[in-house]
This record gives sequence, structure tokens and C-alpha cells, in this order.
Amino acid sequence: MNEASLIGLCAATVSFGALLYLAALGEMVSEKAGILNLGVEGMMAMGAVTGFMTALEFGNPWLALAVAVMAGALTALLHGWFTVVLGAEQVVSGLSLTILGLGLAAYLGKNAVGRPPGAVLAPVDWPVLSDIRWLGPVLFQQSPMVYLSVLAGVVVWFVLSRTRTGLALRAAGESASTADAAGHSVVGLRLAAVAVGGGLAGASGAYLTLSLTPQWAEGITAGRGWIAVALVIFGAWKPGRVALGALLFGGTLALKTRLQTFGVDFSPILLSMLPYLLTIGVLVVISIRARNRPSPAPASLGIAYRREER
Amino acid sequence: MSDIWKRFPGVVANAGANLSVSRGSIHAVLGENGAGKSTLMNVLAGVYRPDEGEVRVEGVAHRFRTPADALAAGIGMVHQEFRLVPSFTVAENVVLGAAARILRRQAIEDEVADLAEQFGLATRPDRPVWQLSMGERQRVEILKALWRDAHILILDEPTAVLTPAEADELGVVLRAMADAGRSVIFISHKLHEVTGFCDEATVLRGGRTVAASVRVADTDAGELASLMVGSSPMTTERPPAHPAGPPLLEVSGLSALGDRGLPALQSVDLTVRSGEIVGIAGVAGNGQRELCQVVAGLRSATAGTVHLAGDDLTGASPRKLFQAGLGYIPEDRLGVGLAPRLSVVDNSILRTYEAHRRGPFIVAERAEAHCVDLVERFGVRTGPLDDPMAGLSGGNLQRLLVGRELSGRPRVVVAAQPTRGLDVQGVKAIQDLLVEARDEGAAVLLVSEDLDELLTLADRLVVMHDGEIVGEFDPTTAARSEIGEAMIGHGAGVGS
Repeated sequence: MNEASLIGLCAATVSFGALLYLAALGEMVSEKAGILNLGVEGMMAMGAVTGFMTALEFGNPWLALAVAVMAGALTALLHGWFTVVLGAEQVVSGLSLTILGLGLAAYLGKNAVGRPPGAVLAPVDWPVLSDIRWLGPVLFQQSPMVYLSVLAGVVVWFVLSRTRTGLALRAAGESASTADAAGHSVVGLRLAAVAVGGGLAGASGAYLTLSLTPQWAEGITAGRGWIAVALVIFGAWKPGRVALGALLFGGTLALKTRLQTFGVDFSPILLSMLPYLLTIGVLVVISIRARNRPSPAPASLGIAYRREER
Repeated sequence: MSDIWKRFPGVVANAGANLSVSRGSIHAVLGENGAGKSTLMNVLAGVYRPDEGEVRVEGVAHRFRTPADALAAGIGMVHQEFRLVPSFTVAENVVLGAAARILRRQAIEDEVADLAEQFGLATRPDRPVWQLSMGERQRVEILKALWRDAHILILDEPTAVLTPAEADELGVVLRAMADAGRSVIFISHKLHEVTGFCDEATVLRGGRTVAASVRVADTDAGELASLMVGSSPMTTERPPAHPAGPPLLEVSGLSALGDRGLPALQSVDLTVRSGEIVGIAGVAGNGQRELCQVVAGLRSATAGTVHLAGDDLTGASPRKLFQAGLGYIPEDRLGVGLAPRLSVVDNSILRTYEAHRRGPFIVAERAEAHCVDLVERFGVRTGPLDDPMAGLSGGNLQRLLVGRELSGRPRVVVAAQPTRGLDVQGVKAIQDLLVEARDEGAAVLLVSEDLDELLTLADRLVVMHDGEIVGEFDPTTAARSEIGEAMIGHGAGVGS
């Protein structure tokens, strides 16, 4: 292993970390409002394909990103319609959304398979900073999506913990009847959170096809949406911890493709289990600690709310 | 509020109820369970929309569509089940729904502390609510209403969760609010509180107003009570005493931890003999619940033993205890006692399905026959027996549960709050069943928050405080005041 490949590993860790972070942040927003959306994988696929195709058609990567965000949000709102408005079982609806999203993306992208990208989000070259040894290539020559994911993290943290809207949104996820009694629209908050979650998942998908691996192929999301779902639990529903987890899990993704080049004889399949094993570990810790304190999970997560029900 | 009607599927909760509250007064709304008090208040607070009727606040007619509309008109409600977010701090809970766009934690904590001080409410704004006692949580609820500048504050059975000392403090706070020109609506069925803190009273019965804005000074508890129950005031007589036999339930040196891992039971010794009812009195949360759970095998003991008819069954499984002759009527009927979504038949055989099976299968006819038998013997009014249990009324749910537990002629019966929330007939039916079980030789341990019930039914009465048994009384001779003193740990400075 040489210096260049180590820098490459670190840079890839940051890239994959940002990819996971965008999706996980979205899922976290949705879950904070009490809606579990297991359709992340489907929403990412929708974002990936619509972003890629918009780039093919119009050649503008930013327009492509915007379309991907919209597509993710609209896909998520389907889940929102079923679970928030109709009160359907969230797990079932979310799983259906994954299947629907993956299938629909494959159908829409039929003619885009194997085509060169219409536009890409070119890496940002920060003046001065990008020339720093080590840090430059790892942190300051990344895709704009990496910087946007950091910005998204800060915005989500601020909104959730420092604004009225965030307080209301968290209340909707902890105790929907309390939020309702306090005069907030639980349906509105939850739909908005689901849509924001879908938008971020869509952005994550677009990061894949516009920047990270600029092409479209069926199944390009490769289970990363599921890692994002696990990451929310791993990060205990806190934006900062989710970011740390994203780097850790991103590291395993980056390492997976490089193990052989490093000459390490370790199965990449076992490595890809690592995020889930770590998440199970965190769940164990949470349940042990739950004897003395409430779980960090939003208390109304997964529970539909209807007002005139006693 | 005039001529309010509110119907729920199968029930008319309000059938032309009226209520008029004047500014600066504490107004009691009285009625039995099911009289429509809570529904009427939920209509006033915008939780329910009335089917008919009019709500006027300071002369202006309102049609509240949401609790927010009611709040905007200055009506705040403190629900029986608190509407608080346990993981939020006191301050966050208080400002929820009425916060500035950007939250500065320190600033809101200071503001909430100022508001609390203004009305003499002791609170700690930076604490998460899950760490607080019930009395403190209630103060947070009141602060929420005050924060929104509510001029009419509705309290739904506010003292049900309080110690007597906390209840008195609440009375002082409410008076301070009334003196400041706000109106307080106080829902209760405890008459001594009504005569203690309230200025006026409105009595509901069967969804209708039977007495509107009676001045409390011009009436007395007896008159209010007869208004509440209508033509047939409840007179419960002591069932004739019965000679007690050998001890069937013996608890010795029993200690256990509560839900938060703190000691909840401390070295409790208790014996219940065949043919007697031992009542446990105490303010909620002093170990009664944990005692029942340990005896029923649902909580492990950290020390001590439980003997059933001479056999050591400490830490035995609920199934083994049932086979050894324990009948358990849990406090949480729908959570622990019954499975609401299963059918009436399935619920009736939950304990005894072994008797209705052939190989691995339940024989439907036998199960149904058992259920029909229970329903007839215990007077349960049900719809089709295959329908979910949840469709039954509270009294009928409890009859089925009590019937199921008593039908096997248990030697020991543990009954936790068996009559809570039932109407008069339901209470009477359940009490009769317990007395009947006793007369047939069962040892009955009865936990209740209703001292009158304990004084009527129990042959011996023990008082629990802070996880310990602090006194034993003969219910035929004991003075209520003595029992009350024991319940609050001999009165001196406890609970404040």
C-alpha cells in the first residue's frame, strides 16, 4: 500500500460518506417526525435515474440535481399519502416503495443504460486549500455534493434543534397527539418531513449518477439506501452522530473495492456486512440503556395518528 | 356552552349539555364516569366538534375546529392523560405550539421560570419531563396553558394523580389564577375537593346538565352527590363478615425494583387468609402496583418470598402461578389483562386454552361453550362473540376479565384497581364478585385508590407508603383521617 492509494481510500471514504449521509439525513428527518420510510433505496433509484436522464436531455447538472430532488420528494409523498393521510402501515408501504422505486427507475432508464453522461457535477477545486498535502485531495477536491451534504447536515441540525418548526416536527414524532393539541398540523409536519427526506434521498441518488459513478445501470444504488436506514439508528437520530456513522460506513464501502488492490485477503462480502453488524450493536446498547432512560428513537415512530381516536 | 350534543358510534356522550362559567371563578363540573364531562370539555377545548350546540366565549359564538382555535380564543385544557413530550425539557414542552421562530434555549428557560414564579408553580425548566413526578408534570401542563395566556383553564380530574399535599397546593395555585381574573373549570368526581376549592358547580348526568352553576356555598356534598347519581344514590353496605381460614397468600420480606430501577418495594410482609379480603390503601405509586406484579409473577423480587397455600412460588411464571390457583385482575385491563383485538371467545380462553384443545388445535365449540358460560354467569353484555373484545364497554370488559380469572375458583385473587373507571352498576357487579369469591374461601388482595371501596369491602386494611407497609387498620373502626395520615407517611412534610 502506498501513499497515493491511502489518500485515494480516504477521499473515497469522504465521498461515500457524503452519499450515505444525504440519504440518512433525509431518513432521519422523516423519522424525527414519526414516519419510518423504508423506501430510501427506491427514492435513491428514482433520484439517480431522473437526474441522469435530465442531464442527458438538457446537459445541465444543476437542473438534473433539482429534478432528482423533486423526483425523490414526489416518490416519498406517495409513502406520505399512504401512511400520513390514510394511516397505512409504514413498514409495508415503505417496503413497497423500495420495490416500486427500483422497478420504475429501471423502466424509465432502459434507454440510458450504458450511455455516457450528459453532464456531470465536476469536482470543486478550492483555491489554496486543494493544494494542501493529504487534506487537499481528501477534503478539498470533492464533488459539490459533498459540500452540499455538509451544508444539509448543518441546516437540518439547526432547524431541528433551534427553530419552532423543528420543535413542532420533533413533537409530531415523539407524541403526535401532543403536537396536535399544541396547535400544530401533524399531517402537514409529517408530510413535509417525508418530502424533505425523499428530496435528500433523491439528491443522494443524483450524486451517484452525476458525480460518483456517472452512468446509469439498473441496481446502481446497490443497497446503499438500506445502509442509510441503518445509519439513522446507528447515529441515534442525531445529525452529528449520523455524520460520524456515515464516514465509518462510507469507509467500509470505500475499502470494499480496494481490499484486493491492497493485497488484503479478506472477503469484501463480510466487509459489507459490517454496517449492519455495527447497527445491531448500537441497538443492543440502546436497549440496555433503555432501562434507565428513554430510547433515543422518536416515541411515535411508525405510529399513525388520527385525531378523534381515543 | 348551550345545548351541546355529541354522539360517538353507539353512544350519545352529550345530549344537550349546558355550561356557563363566570370570570374569575373556579367552576366544578361534576358527574359520574360516563356522564359526559370529558366529552363536553373536549368540545370546549376544540378536540371534538359538537354535532349540535353553541359555544360562546365572552359573548362571541365560536365553532372550534381544532384545539388551536380554542387556544386562540383563550381556552386551555389540562387533559387527564398529560399531553407532554417525555423527551423534551419542561421549557420545550411549555413553548411547544407558541414559540418564537428561532429558539434560544436559555432564553425560553428563563421566561418559563419567570412565568412559573408569577403563579407560584415550582418547576425546573431545564429538566426532561420523563424525570418528573406526576405533580410536576401537571404543573408543566398548567404552565403550557398560562404561556398561551389562557383565560379559561380546564382541568380534567387534576387530582387523580396527586398526593393529598400536592392536591392542596394545586388548590392554592388555582385560587391565585382565579384571583388574577382567569376562570378555572375543574372536572372531578371527588366531592370534598369541589366543596373545598370551587365557587360554583355544574352537575352532569347521562350527558345532560342536571344542575347548572350551583353556588357551592349554598349546597353541600350530600346534595351534589344525589344530583350526580340521580334517583338511586349508591348505598354500599358492608357485606357480612366471614370467619377467616388458614393463610393462603404469605408474602415475607419482599423487595423489588420499580420501572426506573429504583427500589419500589421494601421488605413487605403480608398475609391473606382464606375467606378474607385484605385491602391495600395508598397514594398511587407507593409500591402497590409492584407488589401485585411480583405476586402475579410479572416482576422479579430482589429479596423475600411469596408463598401460595404453603408452597414457595417466588419468581414462578404467571402460568405456574395460575395453575397453583392465583387469579390476577391487573390494573391495566386492556394492556395486560385482555387482548383488545382478539375476539371475545379468544380472550375468554387465554388462560385456559389447554382445556379446550385437541392435539395442537383449539376446539372451537368447546372454546365457545366456555365463553358463553362466562358471559352468562358474569352478566357480560356483548355483541357477537367473534367480534374483537375492544368493542365492549369498560364495565363489560372488566366483567369478562374478572369472570375469566374467578371462574376457575382460584385460591388467591389479586385485584388491582378492579373498579377504576367503571360506572355505578359495573362497580357494584365487580365488588359483588370479589365478595362472592371471598365467601367461597378465596384469599383476596384488593388494591384500590378508592378509600370508600376499601372501607366497604376489606376485612383488614393495610396502608402502603414509599414501598413499605406503614399501618394496618380495622376498616370497621378506623377513622379516615388516621388512614389518610398513614397514606402520606404520617403527614409531616411528605409529598411537597
